[in-house]
Amino acid sequence: MTDQFLFGVEVVLNGLMAGVLYALVALGFVLIFKASGIFNYAQGVMALFAALTLVGIMEGQVPFAHLINAIFGTEIHHFGWHVPALAAILLTMVLMVFFAWAVNHFVMRHLVNQEPIILFMATIGLAYFLEGVGDLMWGSEIKKLDVGLPQGASFWIEENTAFLGSENFFGFFIDQLDIVATLVAAVLVVALVAFAQYTKQGRAMRAVADDHQAALSVGISLNFIWVLVWSLAGFVALVAGIMWGAKSGVQFSLSLIALKALPVLMLGGFTSIPGAIVGGLIIGVGEKLFEFTIGPMIGGATENWFAYVLALLFLVFRPQGLFGEKIIERV
Amino acid sequence: MFYREAGDFKTSYVDDSQTFPIAFDRYRYYFVLVIAFGIIPFIINDYWANAVMVPFLIYAIAAIGLNILTGYCGQVSLGTGGFMAVGGYACYKLMTAFPDVSIMIHLLLAGFITAGVGVLFGLPSLRIKGFYLAVATLAAQFFLVWLFNKVPWFYNYSASGQISAPERFVFGVPVTGPNVEAWAKYTVCLIFVTGCAWLARNLTRGTIGRSWMAIRDMDIAAEIIGVNPLKAKLTAFAVSSFFIGIAGALLFAVYLGAVEVGEAYGINKSFLVLFMIIIGGLGSIFGAFAGAAFMVLLPVLLKNVLVGGLGWDTALATHFEFVIVGALIIIFLIAEPHGLAQLWKLAKEKLRLWPFPH
Repeated sequence: MTDQFLFGVEVVLNGLMAGVLYALVALGFVLIFKASGIFNYAQGVMALFAALTLVGIMEGQVPFAHLINAIFGTEIHHFGWHVPALAAILLTMVLMVFFAWAVNHFVMRHLVNQEPIILFMATIGLAYFLEGVGDLMWGSEIKKLDVGLPQGASFWIEENTAFLGSENFFGFFIDQLDIVATLVAAVLVVALVAFAQYTKQGRAMRAVADDHQAALSVGISLNFIWVLVWSLAGFVALVAGIMWGAKSGVQFSLSLIALKALPVLMLGGFTSIPGAIVGGLIIGVGEKLFEFTIGPMIGGATENWFAYVLALLFLVFRPQGLFGEKIIERV
Repeated sequence: MFYREAGDFKTSYVDDSQTFPIAFDRYRYYFVLVIAFGIIPFIINDYWANAVMVPFLIYAIAAIGLNILTGYCGQVSLGTGGFMAVGGYACYKLMTAFPDVSIMIHLLLAGFITAGVGVLFGLPSLRIKGFYLAVATLAAQFFLVWLFNKVPWFYNYSASGQISAPERFVFGVPVTGPNVEAWAKYTVCLIFVTGCAWLARNLTRGTIGRSWMAIRDMDIAAEIIGVNPLKAKLTAFAVSSFFIGIAGALLFAVYLGAVEVGEAYGINKSFLVLFMIIIGGLGSIFGAFAGAAFMVLLPVLLKNVLVGGLGWDTALATHFEFVIVGALIIIFLIAEPHGLAQLWKLAKEKLRLWPFPH
């Protein structure tokens, strides 16, 4: 095997890993879209907010420290304690559930029966709001997130694959964190599917997704289901936030990953959980391969737009995505 | 008391179908024009021009453009920043390639070039609808910004990768470059805004505007009653991009003078203009102005109050701005989905009966 080919394989592997992370964000979108027909633009910011909160709690930061200092002229920043990772994750989850309740109570409940596009714009507003609150609460500097996940290249894989190529090839370079992320994503998907299929709440969730009015008429509480779904999305956002935050630090660009998840969704179809995973993998591999093969010829940094253009071209031929339900239009 | 149609008899079809059927409205409109053209240029100073008036006018053009596409034709676009970049770079290339031609013509041509690019990216809209289209327009946003960043021909191989506007004159008065005065900037933008608003208003109440609205309200039904979706959607993309291109060209040539594409025409611009038309009111020319004024004034106001008045640092004020803008958008969507324009309309309805509401 030539080295060039092996490098290509390495690119594909890394693309798959990146794709898993995209899929993690896309999963949150699908959950909310299926259950309430809301296209939640704020998903990426939720991931950022969850990661910020997690770091903040672990470091023992005082929430709204800057604001309090500016108003009262005090100089407080830290409580002076450190919270262990697991407890901090639980606390963050509680906050995300509260957030889900607040979104439902103050925003979505008042927008029932509005057009989907209005709901979409409301979530854009929500994204701005949450971003501002996150920065106000915890400050906007780049933070390091360390919850004890293994990081750095996996030497085991590197050493055991080096024999494949010539002496110029040093084995596949794969980040351990990516492997963990893949495992977590797999567990998450299995858990979500199992939850939706085999529990009472999951059944109610699917019923709501199918038909709001029919679900109401058999006594399912829409409010409860929506809070549940937003909490689940918050949980997925937290997981995605931990993975991305551990990979590249907790910073504003995290919310841009949400935008990357959009072409993933379009490719996979808005209503399909497997679609989100497959779409994520296709986008991840596609953009890495494109950057590797064509990128150097046209100036590089093609990752910025490749996913969108791929999704655009794909949609022209199949408007509902790979696994989406067929769009039927009636007058 | 003065705002009545009573006694205002229309004797011809032209009178009957005019833009401002109520006399008071008409006079108010002339009054605004007189103030804008006859008084403000003589009293405007640098701060007001740069912080408030010029950005307001430029974003008003962009908001009118996006409103035609999103508000009138129902095609949500998140590619406004990318199309503004096309306008800006087209203007720059024209200015440097044909230095003898008037800048006003360049600005118009930049609009036409953007219209062409807009049609190209509008083509998928015939197959893709709703959210899918919104995401597809993101492709335009990211691809165009990348293109202007990576292909050196667009920025004339300058070392910094920036483009900066050379000095150009209209009737001997500099309107671009370092020596331009506040009133000249303001007047150029005002001329374009007036022209664009007039054009948009008249397009939207004619045949073409009606076909846009038919597509927006239900595209299949519109197709059945004989509206050609290809023509309607692509003209909407073309006209909308034309306006947005002019706005982008003005932003570069007249307002900023030198731009770096990722910063001046990034995805944030797309959202900014989208917020303008949501807050202002979808499907309304007045709404575009109201929204632009609101979104330009809000940061200035917040900055003056929080930084100037309370002495907070600017980063904190910026975060606060995010919170307020986000909350306002949600509040507007809940309380008044049709935006400031609807409030304005309601106020006028009330005014017609005032002071004897029974």
